Amino acid sequence: MAYEKVNELNLKDTELRLGLPGTEEVIQEQEFSCVRSNKRPFESNDEEAREEEASTPPTKTQIVGWPPVRSYRKNNSSVSYVKVSMDGAPYLRKIDLKTYKNYPELLKALENMFKFTIGEYCEREGYKGSGFVPTYEDKDGDWMLVGDVPWDMFSSSCKRLRIMKGSDALALDSAL
Amino acid sequence: MYLRLPSKVLERILFFIDSNDDRNSVSLVCKSWFETERLTRKRVFVGNCYAVTPAAVVRRFPKMRSLTLKGKPHFADYNLVPDGWGGYAWPWIEALAAKNPLLEEIRLKRMVVTDECLEMIAASFKNFKSLVLTSCEGFSTDGIAAIASTCRSLRELELRECIVDDLGGDWLSYFPETSTSLVSLDFSCLDSEVKFSDLERLVSRCRNLKSLKLNRAVTLDGLESLLRRAPQLTELGTGSFSDELSPEALSKLSKAISACKQLKSLSGLWDVLPEYLPALYSVCPGLTSLNLSYATVRMTDLVDLLRRCKKLQKLWVMDLIEDKGLQAVATCCKELRELRVFPSEPDLEEPNVALTEQGLVFISEGCQKLESVLYFCVQFTNAALITIARNRPSIKRFRLCVIEPFAPDYKTQEPLDQGFKAIAMGCKDLQRLSVSGLLTDKAFEYIGKHAKNLGMLSIAFAGDSDLMLHHLLSGCKKLRKLEIRDCPFGDTALLENAWKLETMRSLWMSSCFVSFGACKLLSQKMPRLNVEVIDEMYPPETRPESSPVERIYIYRTLAGPRLDMPEFVWTIHKNPEIGVSHLAIK
Repeated sequence: MAYEKVNELNLKDTELRLGLPGTEEVIQEQEFSCVRSNKRPFESNDEEAREEEASTPPTKTQIVGWPPVRSYRKNNSSVSYVKVSMDGAPYLRKIDLKTYKNYPELLKALENMFKFTIGEYCEREGYKGSGFVPTYEDKDGDWMLVGDVPWDMFSSSCKRLRIMKGSDALALDSAL
Repeated sequence: MYLRLPSKVLERILFFIDSNDDRNSVSLVCKSWFETERLTRKRVFVGNCYAVTPAAVVRRFPKMRSLTLKGKPHFADYNLVPDGWGGYAWPWIEALAAKNPLLEEIRLKRMVVTDECLEMIAASFKNFKSLVLTSCEGFSTDGIAAIASTCRSLRELELRECIVDDLGGDWLSYFPETSTSLVSLDFSCLDSEVKFSDLERLVSRCRNLKSLKLNRAVTLDGLESLLRRAPQLTELGTGSFSDELSPEALSKLSKAISACKQLKSLSGLWDVLPEYLPALYSVCPGLTSLNLSYATVRMTDLVDLLRRCKKLQKLWVMDLIEDKGLQAVATCCKELRELRVFPSEPDLEEPNVALTEQGLVFISEGCQKLESVLYFCVQFTNAALITIARNRPSIKRFRLCVIEPFAPDYKTQEPLDQGFKAIAMGCKDLQRLSVSGLLTDKAFEYIGKHAKNLGMLSIAFAGDSDLMLHHLLSGCKKLRKLEIRDCPFGDTALLENAWKLETMRSLWMSSCFVSFGACKLLSQKMPRLNVEVIDEMYPPETRPESSPVERIYIYRTLAGPRLDMPEFVWTIHKNPEIGVSHLAIK
């Protein structure tokens, strides 16, 4: 039962001792209390739940009220990041489209982020010259070429970005 | 020879004393000074609405013209206090309405205010001038309409970050055409669009209007029109700043903004498009307060704006400002007193911006008048804290939130004990502190030993044992408010230092290891403390004495246990035979 274990710790805690947080045990209990958020399971059939909690490290989103940002602020925050992936890159990045004014700024930022060069954009032929093609998924779930629609329309409908390269990109280019 | 100061003379002297701390001291000198003081106090502050009954306050201060009240514990801001906990304004309004009809001002923070309360205020106080509600809830726009329509001399109506049942924007139209007394209007937390022509006329006729904070629904065109009518504004909260504007419209807006020659404070700026920021440049040189914490703008654009704000004293911004941006602020904003840096996306697993401890170090180097800091950062170092303390011993409020719980100094992997020790020792006037990161009991030993002026301390995910709490309660002489979550201390320190709790306003503990038995003992030992247990799952008496309780809120009070508790809050009776009960009056 959870509270028995906690009981054990209670005794340890009333031991007046100095020193760094020593045992794993202490840290784990603290993690439990984070993950439990508002509720403390006091029933024995929560044994399984506890074991599960022990094996998955708590992520930040599971901790109630942390980090200490008022819900008013959280609700009114207009930051909305979109994921950016580049074919061949080991991990994704995230950017906030609202902080860019236009396509050239965005493309420059992407170039810096992934250390590559995008070709020249032209309406008829898309991006020529480098084998990299920036695409995005819009609200309808369709994959589109970055640059075709006015900037405002793009920034409000873009859900995620993908920089295609290589054969995929060539296929897109030739299709256009 | 025995000389006594006649009360008339004392009255004249007290006329010049506004500070309630000073007046409280005066009232302790002797009974006659207590009497003279109480009959002359106009502005009353009650830091915990449950510490004293409304009747007692109303009786003591018959000449009260202004009442400030605070309700819920601070951690309610972070959803740690369940809904329905309490903090009701009604009993206060009722008591005031009956005995104090000349009341002019009510300021409430973290309280539950109903439409009935607002209607009662409107109906009862003929000279009512000022209503300021901060982080309050429980009322609708109908209640606001009652205030607007009835309070003839209304000067201030400010709704700061309240949760309001928004039934529409009609409330504004209830200000009568004859009402011209407004000096400050803040409806930034409301969603609905108000009738713009009514807002325009209101602003036009209120020639003394100095502070106007609009909600998001007000457009940029609307803003332009309002500013043309109120160039005398000293404080402006814009609405949404992202509508599409033609170049002519943008130029008109710039012009209207530049006409506000006395503008000192700017806020709002929701969704501000970076290309519109230049419209603000004209007022930057005069600004002393700038709230960019809802402006998703990148570092370079922020710096272009901020480097023009040479008189800036207060800056709220998001971490999009990055270290480089803060370095620029440190160079340009030499008058800076207060800095708050908020996380742009608090739940992000991977941090996306280049804001580190170095940003705050830059500020501590460049801003000699720095007093107040709130800084969210992913990780920190002891070296940075030591440098900051050395550079800026003037700091009075230091709140550091290292977003990763238990995060050590990322360069040395050590706890942040030494860093916070430096802050406690170096900043001799430190009044408020929030700590974070990996901290052992030692950190709290240092704080207890050195932070002699500390009034409020917030702790999360720290410490190892009871020593932590013991150091604080036995050390910090001026501690008034202590709030702790998720720390592994238990009963011993709390019981050993029980006497301390009556010298403090309140103590909040959640997800710690304080047992129900200890709560009972504490309550029985200390007659003037309310020991409230908050537990949403079980009545505490159904569990063993040694089981820890979810949350405890302990506060000193002259009013006895409160009678308005919901079913998940238990107060522990002083009489051990009664045990735990849950008194409630619906």
